[in-house]
Amino acid sequence: MKQQPLPRTTRRFFLATGAASLGALATHSTDIPQELGAPRRKYGERSSYETSSRVFRESVTPGTGASRTPLQDLYGIITPSALHFERHHAGVPQIDPTQHELLIHGLVERPLVFTLKDLRRFPSVSHIRFVECAGNTGSDHAGRPGADPQRSHGLVSCSEWTGVPLKTLLDEAGITPKASWLVAEGADASRLARSLPLAKALDDVLVAYGQNGEALRPEQGYPLRLLVPGWEGNVNIKWLGRIQIVDQPYMTHDEAASYTDFMPDGKARAFTFVMEAKSVITRPAGGQRLDGPGFYEITGMAWSGRGKISRVEVSTDEGKSWRDAKLNDPVLPKAVTRFSLPWQWGGEETALQSRCTDDTGYTQPTREELVAVRGLRPGPDGFNHYNGIKTWYVHRDGKVSHE
Amino acid sequence: MNRIAILASAVLAVGFALMAERAPRYNLGRPATPEEIRKRDISVAPDGTGLPVGHGTVEQGRYIYKVLCANCHGDHGQGVGDYPALAGGQGTLKSADPVLTVGSYWPYATTVWDYTHRAMPYQRPGTLSADETYALTAFILYMNDIVEDKAELNEKTLPQIKMPNRDGFVPDPRPDVPSARPKK
Repeated sequence: MKQQPLPRTTRRFFLATGAASLGALATHSTDIPQELGAPRRKYGERSSYETSSRVFRESVTPGTGASRTPLQDLYGIITPSALHFERHHAGVPQIDPTQHELLIHGLVERPLVFTLKDLRRFPSVSHIRFVECAGNTGSDHAGRPGADPQRSHGLVSCSEWTGVPLKTLLDEAGITPKASWLVAEGADASRLARSLPLAKALDDVLVAYGQNGEALRPEQGYPLRLLVPGWEGNVNIKWLGRIQIVDQPYMTHDEAASYTDFMPDGKARAFTFVMEAKSVITRPAGGQRLDGPGFYEITGMAWSGRGKISRVEVSTDEGKSWRDAKLNDPVLPKAVTRFSLPWQWGGEETALQSRCTDDTGYTQPTREELVAVRGLRPGPDGFNHYNGIKTWYVHRDGKVSHE
Repeated sequence: MNRIAILASAVLAVGFALMAERAPRYNLGRPATPEEIRKRDISVAPDGTGLPVGHGTVEQGRYIYKVLCANCHGDHGQGVGDYPALAGGQGTLKSADPVLTVGSYWPYATTVWDYTHRAMPYQRPGTLSADETYALTAFILYMNDIVEDKAELNEKTLPQIKMPNRDGFVPDPRPDVPSARPKK
């Protein structure tokens, strides 16, 4: 578009007042700026005043580890792609999408290879679903509660994912009668692999190439990932390159050793796929400070790998009484649901908690109830699948903390 | 319509339904060649399906381990810092301080082979040959007293090894917390 010339009166005004204005640039936010703003740009960035970030600890193995989503800064239910939590086991591969192929083979009638171009030609669907690392809130299980929502619960994110139902691709290849499981494998350096029961694959699994309206981010599996709604993050294979249809679970490293749940009797649970209902208040929460007594909206996030959130209760008196929070639209299955509750703080010391129920009737337990069953001895990678009620403590000076 | 005709048309209908279900609907993608499948299929099942022909001894594995693995996992598989222990811990799973290693925890020897072959060494994954992987697996199992020092592993013997914690895994019993379960 061509720039329009300024109207005559404005130009004259500039000539008359321009010099004087130079010494009086806008200093107050309500002042109308008297200089041109920034030009257009091809790919947008957030305001330079916004600093919300993922956090992670430095390690000697930079290719493996996790970064956490700043849940306390989020609005609504969608996690901005740039803030989606990360968990990698061998770094983020840089994949040229024109060179990437998905191989489907094994117990099928027609082993097939799909390019990204092929996959985008199939009928597509878009679903808003959460992805949560099995180990999210594991330190709360261990008795080292996270100091703020990011550090306690930041290994969950929620996006709109776009792709092809895996069932469409498996029908295309023709599953043979002996098939009962599949092995999905990433094209990362460690070629991370997980076995999944075929029933889930045919139910609601997506082969996704889109995230929040654009291509997947590299950290989220660009150019192709598996999206396994409601199940632990590790099975949502990123950089998906191969799907092998098989007749047994293959007992890969991440299902035979890691991502197992070690129990008090010395046994371990394997294939603990579903992420059970969990909620957390994100404001007011640990790491924040209330500006004196008065009105606050308590808000937070709830999600369940088994279905829709049907109820969230909030206690503002250390669990003595509970009130139903409002579930903000949209309330979707296996997605984050935003809840809110108006609250008048009188300046007293108290504790804030939330507990959610999903549409199977399952209700989030307390830490004590959960530990009574699962104990306190960590598995090979700490604690997985913890979903206890989270408590934030409000102090008289307005400080909110995790203890 | 007589009964035979009804039966015949029912059989035909089922037949068509099956055919309709089995035929590709979109005809997108291309057939995978046996050669590319062979090259890309690296998965190994607990029953040994997928193991390539090959062999390696504890002694060969000891040397490879020293060169490629000991720096991170320790001279005796004891683990260093963030790098996990590979050996030890047998008999500790019910104790107050369980030590979870390949030897004490992993249920299948095929998992050791598959993971080592696909993901190790950490800095250069996927560079080990089949024979080197048999040798390393043999040495890791030797450090855990699961095979003898003269042992050689191959595609036939590896799946026959019974790991100490083979029966240590149970299916997912959740919802397991009584108070959380749906009220009937």
